[in-house]
Amino acid sequence: MKSFTYERVDTPAAATAAFARTKGSRYIAGGTNLLDLMKLEIETPGHLIDISRLALDKIEPTPEGGLRIGAMVRNTDLAADARVRRDYGLVSRALVAGASGQLRNKATTAGNLLQRTRCPYFYDPNQPCNKRNPGSGCAAIGGFSRLHAVVGASEACIATHPSDMAVAMQALDAAVETVDAAGKTRSIALADFYRPPGTTPHLENMLAPGELITGVTLPKPVGGIHIYHKVRDRASYAFALISVGAIVQPDGSGRVALGGVAYKPWRVKAAEAEMPRGAKAVATALLAGAKTSHENAYKLPLVERTLAGVLMQARG
Amino acid sequence: MALPDEFSISRRGLLAAGAASVAAASASSSVAEAQSRPLADPPPTAKLRFDVNGTAHDLELDTRTTLLDALREHLHLSGTKKGCDHGQCGACTVIVDGRRINSCLTLAVMHDGEKITTIEGLGTPDKMHAMQEAFVAHDGFQCGYCTPGQICSAVAVLDEIKAGIPSHVTADLTAAPTVTNMEIRERMSGNICRCGAYPNIVAAIGDVAGVKA
Repeated sequence: MKSFTYERVDTPAAATAAFARTKGSRYIAGGTNLLDLMKLEIETPGHLIDISRLALDKIEPTPEGGLRIGAMVRNTDLAADARVRRDYGLVSRALVAGASGQLRNKATTAGNLLQRTRCPYFYDPNQPCNKRNPGSGCAAIGGFSRLHAVVGASEACIATHPSDMAVAMQALDAAVETVDAAGKTRSIALADFYRPPGTTPHLENMLAPGELITGVTLPKPVGGIHIYHKVRDRASYAFALISVGAIVQPDGSGRVALGGVAYKPWRVKAAEAEMPRGAKAVATALLAGAKTSHENAYKLPLVERTLAGVLMQARG
Repeated sequence: MALPDEFSISRRGLLAAGAASVAAASASSSVAEAQSRPLADPPPTAKLRFDVNGTAHDLELDTRTTLLDALREHLHLSGTKKGCDHGQCGACTVIVDGRRINSCLTLAVMHDGEKITTIEGLGTPDKMHAMQEAFVAHDGFQCGYCTPGQICSAVAVLDEIKAGIPSHVTADLTAAPTVTNMEIRERMSGNICRCGAYPNIVAAIGDVAGVKA
């Protein structure tokens, strides 16, 4: 690990000011992904700003009838919150389908959104990777690609986003709240938060340098049956091959977001219009334009079949 | 990251033998290192104070020091084990302010002011924790390397169920979870045992919870 200086801050304003003051800064909260990458020298910050004790650890109702989840709320606490379990079951289900109990006790809401891909070529400094080393090429294309994206990818990068929580939040129309060094706040729809890889896969989201996530808002509850079905290589503690997060209403309408297929949680409005017509119609619309390798082509039928199972479960 | 000098020459016996020879070797080796490379700024350090198993410790550490390395290499509490060092195996599990975490994936300096419990703090050979006794009674290990992490995790798992925290296998999100075979297996999935002692580990945890798991 490269050496770094360290400071702990108490307020978001102090955090963004510290970032602006010191070149090579990174924020650290749970640290479960950043420290892992620092050990491999894939991340090499010269200065760490510890934001883990910011008072952004509350889950509060919004005036619109939704919830505001502080950026520092731990995954365990979010999954266990009574309001989340009752009204946003998809979020609880997605969270407990991810990582381990130990990691969920550390990982934060904001950090979960910002975690980086688990593409094995990104993790291996001996391999070319446009995300880790822009312009060096992509070893996953033509390589072992069974874990990789089938939609939204580019000639430069076929990595997937690993978060389960983000899949649930995207199905719920969540928004990311931020503040910058000037004190300016903004809200970014999660649907617009992640950048398509295009020719610049190292740029992963819409945050400006130093812009700090302060929380995530969920609109008022939409009801329905919430199901998160994750398919993985072992029964627990593994990243998704694919996942389906669905909210199904009594009339058969609903929402679907997919994990493990793209650089972001994958949701297509036109596909949701097909919900009453069944899994095949929905999956076809969700995965329109898919580009697969011989190693990850299995993801297309897997999505359809998993979705069929989810819809059957929702009907009871 | 260079390993602390103690580590290359010390095993359990040397740790027990005392710190004098370690300190001497450490000093000479760092002199040699300093002479062999161009002058560079020493790595940044940070001061911290935390409580480990009821004892307060004041430390000044290289900022890079993980909580795991602080416990093992600086406080010489070698019960907590380093397995993968990447949060994938759970051998390093300790309990911080009542919650189990992977001590390899967190910086010591981030735990300033906190209360840490390691396997050494759960019980002693003379006065074992109920979970330690159950692991012995049920033969919940073979080589024993993952065991301190398994036991710290298991103690916290029962607290998590008591606190009503749901898991992936909890059928009803709005109901309180209970201790079952499936709940224990799911919640312990962050602790890998390459010897495969899982059935006996689950039995030991069930025993402590008072259920047949």
